[in-house]
Parts: sequence; structure tokens; C-alpha cells
Amino acid sequence: MRKRSTRKQRVVITGIGGHFGRAVARRLHRYYEVIGVDRRLVRHMPKDIHVEQVDIRRRRIEDVFRRQRIDAVVHLNIMHDPRTEQEEHHQFNIVGTQKIFGLCAEHRVPKVIVLSSADVYGPDPRNNQFLKEDAPLMGGQKFEAIRDLIALDMFCNTSFWRHPEIETVILRPVHIVGRVNNAPSRYLRLEQPLTLLGFDPMLQLIHVEDVVTAIELALTPGVRGVFNIAGPSPVPLSLVLRKLGRSPRALPETVLKAMLKTAWSLKLSDWPVPELDHIKYVCMVDDQLARQQLGFSHRQELSAILEDVNIALPHST
Amino acid sequence: MSNHTVWNRVQRRLEDALVASMRPEVWERIRKMDAGQNDYGYDPFGFEPEYLKYAAPFAIWLYRHYFRVDVHDIERVPESGAVLLISNHSGQIPLDGLMLATSMLVDKKPARMVRSMVEHWVPTLPFVSSFLARCGQVVGTRENARLLLRRGGCILVFPEGQRGINKTYDRAYELEEFGLGFMRLALETGTPIVPVGVVGAEEQMPAIWNFRALGKLMGMPAFPITPTWPLLGPLGAMPLPVKYRLYFGEAMHFEGAADDEDRIVGAQVEEVRAAIRELVARGLRERDGVFW
Repeated sequence: MRKRSTRKQRVVITGIGGHFGRAVARRLHRYYEVIGVDRRLVRHMPKDIHVEQVDIRRRRIEDVFRRQRIDAVVHLNIMHDPRTEQEEHHQFNIVGTQKIFGLCAEHRVPKVIVLSSADVYGPDPRNNQFLKEDAPLMGGQKFEAIRDLIALDMFCNTSFWRHPEIETVILRPVHIVGRVNNAPSRYLRLEQPLTLLGFDPMLQLIHVEDVVTAIELALTPGVRGVFNIAGPSPVPLSLVLRKLGRSPRALPETVLKAMLKTAWSLKLSDWPVPELDHIKYVCMVDDQLARQQLGFSHRQELSAILEDVNIALPHST
Repeated sequence: MSNHTVWNRVQRRLEDALVASMRPEVWERIRKMDAGQNDYGYDPFGFEPEYLKYAAPFAIWLYRHYFRVDVHDIERVPESGAVLLISNHSGQIPLDGLMLATSMLVDKKPARMVRSMVEHWVPTLPFVSSFLARCGQVVGTRENARLLLRRGGCILVFPEGQRGINKTYDRAYELEEFGLGFMRLALETGTPIVPVGVVGAEEQMPAIWNFRALGKLMGMPAFPITPTWPLLGPLGAMPLPVKYRLYFGEAMHFEGAADDEDRIVGAQVEEVRAAIRELVARGLRERDGVFW
């Protein structure tokens, strides 16, 4: 695509060791030279992918950029773990992202893709049914643990004017469900998930491979901006649980809140109480922009997405 | 486990009974309605035509037997495509909206679902939130209204809002001031407006006085005092079995800039208001009594 050479484009994937990182790597290594970065030990990777085991905040990451010319960075190394100490969580996400952008500017990397999430808008009773990219990022009003993700998303947004020479793409996909180990997938894997009595919001789910496709499309030269990414048309939570064959237990909100709070403090559960809003209110996005400008369209329908929920994950690293 | 199956059987029986209470052709029209559902029967707002079996039988009973609604010129509502129904609002409880929606399900062929915009605190109520969503009600934001119209929906708006429904009986059938939002929406999306005059609702709960302070204390928009409420307790809050009359006007088309000054948009709103006033006056002229 760049005219000077016929060599494969070189893409750095940060956070390659996660389930999602692996999915991205497996797709991209066919067309790109992929360099992976992760502080975790990375296994089950295609042979032609070089992986650097390093924390993105460390000096040593600079070598990855010094050694070769990098054509794009896919930044997935974003921590979503409510159990990690908040300070470390924030540090890792914000400082790490800042470091990546700093390096990209310094080494003239023309493209950075950041995987944010539609959760930054936050579930709220006043939400539009479908939020556009310019909607305020209100996810943090009740849920502290997501504030660093919002700060991160905002920080990446500043690069549009700070580094106009870099094509920044921020993707905000809806709940990625399937062969990943994130909160929505873990919830849907429960045999008897708890639900809120009297609430049944509409949900948007998306297949891992469709998000990978969005990342692939975002690598196209010339593409920049913020894009919501959504899959098939929304369905109520109850229908999703029914299709999965679950037997949900509905509890009144006050009871469920008290239970979760106790379980959380006793470290019996990893569900932060404010996340209940996700099974109470809508937080859905309008993905028209991605469909028009990225040429994105989802391939996997709901049945395929839900099929993947039940598949056992390979041993996590 | 057996408990579960018993409950399922009871539920199925109940559903069958509810469906059987409706005329088959009416139910057929309702469930076959095109509301832009996906493969699973839901539209993007969570509306499920099939779910109306829980709500429609009661509404139809009210419509046919309690309020014995008379409908005039319903064919003036376009059969498909976006449309805004603009109506006067009265009667302390919004049964005028329910009767209008029922008329579009029962007497309009093919049936059309009336979508109305609910307050933003409705989603915070258990059961109510999911029930209203399945019945096609949508949280009232501008963007939601735009999307509904883009999808060819039929939205009911009471531009008088609370002012209209809470007014006391001495001002019956006077139109309060109209909000301008619906007109801006119509101009922006090029949506035709069908004015509707509702006659009868004013008498269902004739309020003598609005005890505002008490209403405020109880977090309600108003606290009407009627001859029977709160004197007779909960029974007094029952609407009287008045006869409803719905008059649909000719569709009106407006052109102009949606972001024009209030003065200019207000003049267009005034035209709609005049049309509704006309329809209400016609209804009042044509009726011989309040209850029959």
C-alpha cells in the first residue's frame, strides 16, 4: 500500500497474549508481518509472529520501534480487571497508552488503532436507544472501574489534533462475546445467571471475528476517527439466556445489590455492583458510521455468537 | 421441576385465553403488523407485536365496552410511512393515548402501532419498563423520535403535555399552549402531521381542583380533586364510563427550516392547534350526551 517497498507491512499488536489479541494476530499474520508485545507469557502463537515479552511502560519497548520501521500499531493492551488495584489499573492503562502514542509520534508510525468499548457511554435510563460516536462518555458516573477506560479513550481522542500526522482509529465495539474471557462472556457462561426482577433490556452482542474484521478494515490507509462497532440487531437479555438454555434467577434489585456487595467484599464474586446497570438499562450504539466509512458489516449472526459462548476456552496465559 | 411445568401450563392457558378473547381477524392484523422486527420478533426498541396479547385484550375491552369509542375518518392516517399524530390531551390519566393506540390496532387496516414517547425515568421502574418497551413505547429523546420516523413509524404526541392532562374541568376542551418540539421534528424529517381531536376524555375524571402542593409532596405532577376522588377512596379514581369520540383530521404537510425562530415555527404549530380545535368543536357539536 505504501509505494516505496513491496515488503509486507509491519504491525505491532500490544496485548497479543489475551484471547482477543490471539484472534487478531491469527488473522493479521496472513497479510502482515506481526510483532507482538505483552508482559504476560505468550503461547499458542503462529510461528512467524515475533513476540516481545515486555511491559509497555518499560524502556525496552522502545527497541521494538527502533529496530524496524513500524507501519501500524494495534493497541489492545488495556486492562479490564476490577480486582486489580485501582492505581495500578489506571497507571497501566493510561501511562501505557501514552507511551505507545509517544513512540508512534517519535518513530513516525502512520497508524494507531485502539480498542476501546461501547461501555464508555454507560448504561443509563436517559440514553438514546442507539448512541452515536459523539455521545458523552457517561460510563463513569456510577462505575469507577471504567473511568480509566474513559480517560484512555479521551486521551486517544486528543491525538487527532496532537498528532494529526498519525491516523488514529478508536473502535468502540459492543459486548464482545464468545471465545474471550471478558465480563459479558463470563456472565453468559453461568448456568444460573442472576437477573434483575422486572428488567429486560435490549442488548447488542458481537462476535470476536467481526471485531477482528473491524480492526482489519481500520488498517486501511486513510481511515481515521472514532467508530462504534455493533453486530446483529439487538435482542432482549431474556432471549439471549433462553437461547443459551440457561435458567436465570430473577431477584429484586435491592436484594441482588446487597448480595453482590457482600460477595464482592468477601471476594466470593468478581462482579462489581455497578455493572448491574448493564442488565438493567440500555447501552447500545449506532454503528452507521462504521458501516459507511469503514465498510464494516457483521458476518456472524446471533446463533453463531451464542454457539461460541459455550466453547471451552484454551488455557489462558 | 414439576412446579415449573405447572406454572408453564398455567401461563400457556392464560395466553390462550387472552388471545381467544380477541376477534381472530383483529389479532391476526396485530401480530402480522410490520414494525420492522428482526428474526426474533423484536424491533430495535424492544417492541414485540406478539407481546401485545398481554396488553391488547384489556385495552380492547375498554375500547369497545367501557368507553365505546366512536372513530371518525381513521383512513386519513396514511397506511404506511412516517406520521405524527398530534392530539389534545385530557382526563387526568392518559387513557386518551391508550384509546388512540387501540383504535389504530383495531379499526385501522392494516393495523399500525402507535409509538409514544415515555418519560426518561420509566426505564428505572421494574416490570413497567420492560412491559412498556415490549408494547412499543420509547424513551422520549429527540434522537429516538428521529429514528422511529426514519423507520416509518407512527408517533403520537400530546404537545400540551402535563398542562393539558392536568387541567381542571372549568377549562374543559380549551387547548393549552402547545410545545414546538413536534413541529421541528416534522420539519426536519418531512413527516406529515395528522391532527386528532379527542372528545369525551375530559369528563372521565372531571377535576374540580388541582391540589398542587400535595402532588408536589408526593412527587406527582398533579393531585386532582374530583367529585369522587379522594372522597370514595381508590374506587373514586376509576374513570367514569364516558363515551369517547376520536376525530382524525386531514394530513398536514409543512415545509421550512427546523431550526427557525420560535415565532415562525410557532405559527405553523398554531395551524395544527387550530385544526385540532376545529375537530374538538365538531365532536362537541355532534354529541348529544357525555355517556352515550
